[in-house]
Amino acid sequence: MESVLGRYRNLIILVGVLFLQVLGLAVQVKRSGNDAENTRLIRIWVVDAITPFERGLVWIESTSSSLWHNYIYLRGVRAENRELKQQIEQMRIEQVRLSEDASQAHRLQNLLAFKEQYIAKTVAAQVIGSSGSDLSRSVYIDKGEDDGLKRDMAVITADGIVGKILLVYPSTSQVLLINDQTSGVGVILEKSRLQGVLRGTNNGEVVLERIMSDEQVAPGERVLTSGGDQIFPKGLPVGTVTQVSNGKDLFLNIKIKPATDLSKLEEVLVLVEKQDREPVAEDSSHHRAADILAERLPSVPDKPPADVKATTGTATNAAKPGSPVKTAATTTTPTQPANATGTPQVAKNHAIANDHAAPAASTIPKALISGKPSSTTKPAAASAKPSDNLQTGTPSKAVVPPANPPSNLNSPKPAPAAQTNPSTPPQTEDNPQ
Amino acid sequence: MPITYTSGEQVEVYRFSIPATIGIPLLALFAQAFISRHSTSFSYIDLPLLITIFFAMARRNPISGLLTGAVIGLAQDALTGLPLGLYGISKTIVGFLASSLGVKLDVENAGARVLVILGFYMIHASVFFMVARGMVSLSLTWSWSRGILSGLANAIVGVILFYFLDKFKQRT
Repeated sequence: MESVLGRYRNLIILVGVLFLQVLGLAVQVKRSGNDAENTRLIRIWVVDAITPFERGLVWIESTSSSLWHNYIYLRGVRAENRELKQQIEQMRIEQVRLSEDASQAHRLQNLLAFKEQYIAKTVAAQVIGSSGSDLSRSVYIDKGEDDGLKRDMAVITADGIVGKILLVYPSTSQVLLINDQTSGVGVILEKSRLQGVLRGTNNGEVVLERIMSDEQVAPGERVLTSGGDQIFPKGLPVGTVTQVSNGKDLFLNIKIKPATDLSKLEEVLVLVEKQDREPVAEDSSHHRAADILAERLPSVPDKPPADVKATTGTATNAAKPGSPVKTAATTTTPTQPANATGTPQVAKNHAIANDHAAPAASTIPKALISGKPSSTTKPAAASAKPSDNLQTGTPSKAVVPPANPPSNLNSPKPAPAAQTNPSTPPQTEDNPQ
Repeated sequence: MPITYTSGEQVEVYRFSIPATIGIPLLALFAQAFISRHSTSFSYIDLPLLITIFFAMARRNPISGLLTGAVIGLAQDALTGLPLGLYGISKTIVGFLASSLGVKLDVENAGARVLVILGFYMIHASVFFMVARGMVSLSLTWSWSRGILSGLANAIVGVILFYFLDKFKQRT
């Protein structure tokens, strides 16, 4: 027996070491949900041994690079500065237009009690190393638990999403990139609004899964985060569709080019705090549509009745300033003319009426709600039954904003011209007039 | 010197200083992680594998070889997000085989080293593939062309690397 053990000693030890590793692997695979946490100690030892060198080398690299670019190699900086200034001017103009659109969208979202996730706080981090394996697409960053980082936090750059925090160590963290085959991100196609799951492949490509083959997806379409994974806030750029082909199981095979160059990551942002809040910073209590409109639309309390008439054009039956408020509130009839089409004119008329009949919470006309010409909308003089044209007690959730919302919905403080001159169309691109 | 078949007593057994024993594998792991960050194609080069083969063949002790492979492999696993043991098992087997081969053969010249490294790279890749597919259910696809090309690239890097590492050898 001893001779057998002595003769096969090497082989027995090999089998023993392999058996232990296979056993360990089996345990980790069984607890697949949190396998990295179960082997945390070994990982900490290795990461603590490796990352200080990486950190030091990255520091030397970045310091020498910034020294060179900031103090020595300044060729073309003036020209670049001029170009950037021009770019800023163009972007400012663009920003004005976009902020108008955004504020309009936010208000409409608010009408639907829509909640969005906002990026409240980020931590900038530097990429210091990688896993070193083509089968594990992950990188190490120089921020960890000490900086408030936690597992599953989203990691992004200015260009788009990068991945999520996989493991957190005291001063470093491991980030699982979106092109790793174990990662998954909930995404939505920008134009077609189709939702799918973004996955990495074993060769480092990124594909979009779970899009049915009868759907139309065109190369070049942008892909954004859908927010469904509870890691990335909605609307962050993910990439663009590069190739679409029929895959197996009735699903399309869609290849995506990530918005961020994942092979050249240097600085990233970690989203350490997200906020669920209403799109606009207002009272988030349950408002009725009419309340919201009454709050936001312009008021003309100090104008004489004649002026109001002139302003509202045909809105002759608007609640007059002199009339009792309570009466106006309870019996307000739609004031738009018969040809009202849910245009800004209608909204304006209603606003004026509501201004003088402040608590007219449940008296928003259907024409305004639906944004369509209403056959039931009558001039006030012909309106015998106010309830015909009123939507009473309708919760705000059910309120659908007009397809072409009035421009004075865009801004809580509309331009004076829009208030006083009905013939002047609001300055919005989608004005039906 | 070409590959020569010798008896166990005839081949020279080397040892390494403690700083070299600890520092060289650590440096290999660090270089692997750091250079791969700048160049994704570098991830096809497996520096820890080359170090495992070098130490195993120089020491010519199967137990030492398999333990070196196990430790380096597990450390490499720890840097990835994958379960521990994938690289560990593969490198344990390579370490054992390399040191067993080292007992029989004396591989000193470049041509022989290219062949040996290519062979061990393929063994490592196939063991890794089997474990990753069979136990961890990673979706891997086997490619002969990719395997051989990566193996050749590793062999070339290995020959250069072994030339420098030979300087750390100490005669027993």
